[in-house]
Amino acid sequence: MRKLALSDEILMTVEKPARYIGNEINAVMKDAQAVDIRFAMCFPDVYEIGMSYLGIQILYDMFNRRDDVWCERVYSPWIDLDKIMREQNIPLFALESQDAVRDFDFLGITLQYEMCYTNILQVLELSRIPLLAEERTEQHPLVIGGGPCSYNPEPIADFFDLFYIGEGETVYDELFDLYKEYKKAGRTRAEFLRRAASIPGIYVPSMYEVSYNEDGTLAAFTPRYEDVPAQVEKQVVMDLDHVTYPKAPVVPFIKATQDRVVLEIMRGCIRGCRFCQAGMIYRPTRQKDAESMKEYARAMLENTGYEEISLSSLSSSDYEQLPELVNYLIDLCSEKKVNISLPSLRIDAFSLDVMSKVQDVKKSSLTFAPEAGSQRMRDVINKGLTEEVILEGAGKAFEGGWNKVKLYFMLGLPTETEEDIKGIAHLSQKIAERYYEIPKERRVGKCQITASTSFFVPKPFTPFQWASMNTEEQFLEKAKIVKQEVRAQINQKSIKYNYHEADVSVLEGLLARGDRRVAKTILEAYRNGALFDAWSETFRMDAWKKAIESTGTDMNFYVHRERDLGELFPWDFIRIGVTKDFLKREWENAKQGKVTSNCREKCSGCGAAKFGGGVCYEG
Amino acid sequence: MKVRVKFAKEGAMKFIGHLDIMRYFQKAVRRSGIHASFSEGFSPHMIMSFAAPLGVGITSTGEYFDMELNGSMSSAELTDRFNAQMADGMRVLSVRKVPDGKASKAMSLVAAADYTVTFREEKAPSGDWQHQVEAFLSQEQILVWRKTKRSEGEKDIRPWIYKLEASGNGLSMQLSTGSVHNLKPELVAEAFYKYLGQEPQPFAWQVHRGEIYADLGDENGRKLVTLESLGEIIE
Repeated sequence: MRKLALSDEILMTVEKPARYIGNEINAVMKDAQAVDIRFAMCFPDVYEIGMSYLGIQILYDMFNRRDDVWCERVYSPWIDLDKIMREQNIPLFALESQDAVRDFDFLGITLQYEMCYTNILQVLELSRIPLLAEERTEQHPLVIGGGPCSYNPEPIADFFDLFYIGEGETVYDELFDLYKEYKKAGRTRAEFLRRAASIPGIYVPSMYEVSYNEDGTLAAFTPRYEDVPAQVEKQVVMDLDHVTYPKAPVVPFIKATQDRVVLEIMRGCIRGCRFCQAGMIYRPTRQKDAESMKEYARAMLENTGYEEISLSSLSSSDYEQLPELVNYLIDLCSEKKVNISLPSLRIDAFSLDVMSKVQDVKKSSLTFAPEAGSQRMRDVINKGLTEEVILEGAGKAFEGGWNKVKLYFMLGLPTETEEDIKGIAHLSQKIAERYYEIPKERRVGKCQITASTSFFVPKPFTPFQWASMNTEEQFLEKAKIVKQEVRAQINQKSIKYNYHEADVSVLEGLLARGDRRVAKTILEAYRNGALFDAWSETFRMDAWKKAIESTGTDMNFYVHRERDLGELFPWDFIRIGVTKDFLKREWENAKQGKVTSNCREKCSGCGAAKFGGGVCYEG
Repeated sequence: MKVRVKFAKEGAMKFIGHLDIMRYFQKAVRRSGIHASFSEGFSPHMIMSFAAPLGVGITSTGEYFDMELNGSMSSAELTDRFNAQMADGMRVLSVRKVPDGKASKAMSLVAAADYTVTFREEKAPSGDWQHQVEAFLSQEQILVWRKTKRSEGEKDIRPWIYKLEASGNGLSMQLSTGSVHNLKPELVAEAFYKYLGQEPQPFAWQVHRGEIYADLGDENGRKLVTLESLGEIIE
C-alpha cells in the first residue's frame, strides 16, 4: 500500500482528510522510475472545487496516455492543513504518488479566476519553489500556467516560467518532446525556455521586455531575442470530434461541487455579449457531434458509476443537435436510473418539456440571465434576451406548474443610469405579475423570484476592455437603489434580492486588467495573509488594502479610469483571432446601444474565421 | 433478492467517512454491472442499508451492508464483480443471500462487535500493562464519564464488555454494539489507562473492527453469530 505524505495524526486533525489521500477510482498510478516527465497538475483552490473542473480531467487523461509522462494532481491545502504544513515543514505533495511537488519536472497551474492568485503563491511556497521565476534553478520544476486568466498573464507573469495560451490539446506533446530532448542532452533551463518560446501558444514572460510611458500606460512590449515571436497565437482545436476526451474521469470519494459526469458538447458561443470574455476568447464556436457524445455518455457513466450527468457549454440552447442528444440521454438515464442535470437553457416549449420530464417541477426553479434590467441596457451589452421573451417563457413555465424563478443581473455596466438600475426591480415585478395572472385555483401558492446582482468587472479581450469600472461605493449605492425599488413593488413579498460583495469585485478588476507591476501587490497581499480570496469566510480585504497602499498601486489607473482607444494593453501581444478592431467597433456600438447579430444570423467579421472552421463556415 | 455484502476497509480508505463509503458503494455497483433495485421517483436511489457506521480513522475487516438485487448472480460472481471495482484498501469478502423483511435487516440485527486497539509506537501504557488486563476486567463495575445526547454522568460499562484480553501490542475486545448499548472501544481503552493510573497521549492507538455479530440467544444467554453466517451462499 502507498505510504501517505501526511501522518494519521495530521489526517485525523484536519477537516475532510479525503482531500489529501488520492487513491480515487480512475486515478492513474504509474512507476515513477519508468517515466521521463513527472507533471503535477494543480488547481489552486480546495479539492472539491478543483476536482469539479473539466479542463484538468481532459489534460490529465491526455497526458497520462503517454507512457513517458505521469500526470498527477495537486490542490490547495485548506487553511487548517496549510498551517500544519508550515509549522511542521511538510512539503506539498501530489495526490497519486504522495511525492513532493518540488521533485517534479513541471508544475502546471490552471487559472480559472483571478481571486485564486494568492493561492498560486501558497502552492509554490508550500512546494518550496521560489515564488519568483527568476530565482528558480535547474533543481526546480518548470511552472506553467494555463486557462482563461492566462489571457492576461501579466499580473502573475513574475511567478511563472511559461504560460500555455489556449486549448491544451494542441501543443503539449510538442512541449514534452522538446523537454525530453533538452533534458537528455543536459541543456539548461534557460536554453529550454528560449526554445519553448517559439512553440505556438507558449509564452515565456522572461523573454520579453516591458517599458512604460510617463502616464503609466504600456509603451512597448518586445521580445528580448530575435528568435522569440513578438506575438503569441492562441491555440484552438478545430476538430473537436477527434480530440481526446476522458472516458474514465477520476471520481472523488467526497462530494465535489460538480459531482457528476460532464459531457462537453460545444466550445465557444455565438452570442457575443459584450461583457463576456469566454464569448470572445473561445471563438470560433465549434460543436461536437451528437453521435460521439452519446457513446461518451454511456461509457463515462459505466466507468465512473455517477448517478448524474450534465452537459457543458457556454450556451447549450445554441447546440444544434440538442433535442436529439437530450432525448437520447433521457432514455439512457431512465434505463440506468441516472439523473440529468440540465444546464441553463433558454426557456421555450422544448426546454420546458424536457425539464418537466427530468426534474420535479415543484422543487426546481427556472433561471434567466437578463444581465440588465432595461432593454436599453441589454442592447448596450448585446444581450439578445428581450422582456417579451422572458415574460413569455416565465408565463409558459408558470402554466406548467413552476413557481420559482432565478434572475441574474449585473450592476455597474457602461452607460448605466438610475432607470436601468431600477429596471431590475421592475422586471422582477412584471414576472411576478405574470404569475398572479394565473387563476388562483391553478396556482401553487406564492411565486418566489430571486434576483441576484453581481458587479460588472471589465475583462481583457472584450469590447468593454476600455470601460471604466465603478468604485466600491458606487456599487453599494446601486445595490441600495435596487433594494429600495424592489421594496416599492406591489409584489415585493414575492421578490428576494441578493447582491455580491463589492470589495472583492474591485480587486478582481485590478487583477483582470493589471500589468506586470501588479505582481508585487499580489505578493505583498499574500505576505499580509491573503489566501483563499474567493471564499467569503477567508477573504481578508485588510491584507489587500495594506498591500495596495504599501506598494503604491493606483486603483484609479488600473480599475476606474476609462482607457483611451489608442492605448497599448498588457495583453495585446496575445492573438485570440478576434481582432482589436472588432472589439473597438463593438465598444462603439455599445455606446450607441446598437445590437450586433449573433454568429449564426450574420458574420460580423470578428476575425475568428482565420482558424478555418466552426460556426464561421457552417452552412 | 436481498444480499448481504461483507467488506474490508483498510489503508488510506479509513479516512473516508461513512456517508462517503455509502456513495462509493453505490457507484461501485453501477460500474460493476450488478443489477440493483432502485426506489421510485425523480431521483431513484439504490436500496442499501449499512449495519453499523464505522468512525473515520478506524479500519475494519468485518463491515456489512444489505442491498436489494434484481437478477441472479452467484455469490462468487457478485464478489468478483465487486472486487473488480474496489479502490486500494477496499475488499469485498463475501456476498450472501439473506431473508427479506425488516426483522432481518443488518442494522437491526447488530448486537456485538470485535475490536482490536493497537497502541502506536511509544504510546502504549508504561509498565507491565499486559498483566493488568485480567484484573481490570474482573472489577465488578467499570465506571466511566459518559456524555450522550440524552444524558451525562458516570456509567458502568462493565456489562457491555463481553471479552477483553491483551494481544500483541494492544487490546482485543468484544463489545456490545448497535442501537441498544453501543460501547466504543476507545472508551474501554481510556478506562484501562485510568485503571493503570495513566493518561493516554493523543492518537495513542489505532482501532480496528474485526467482525460484527447478531445475537440469536434468549434470556438464558447470548448466542453471537456473525452477520455473514445468517446468509446463504448463492450457487
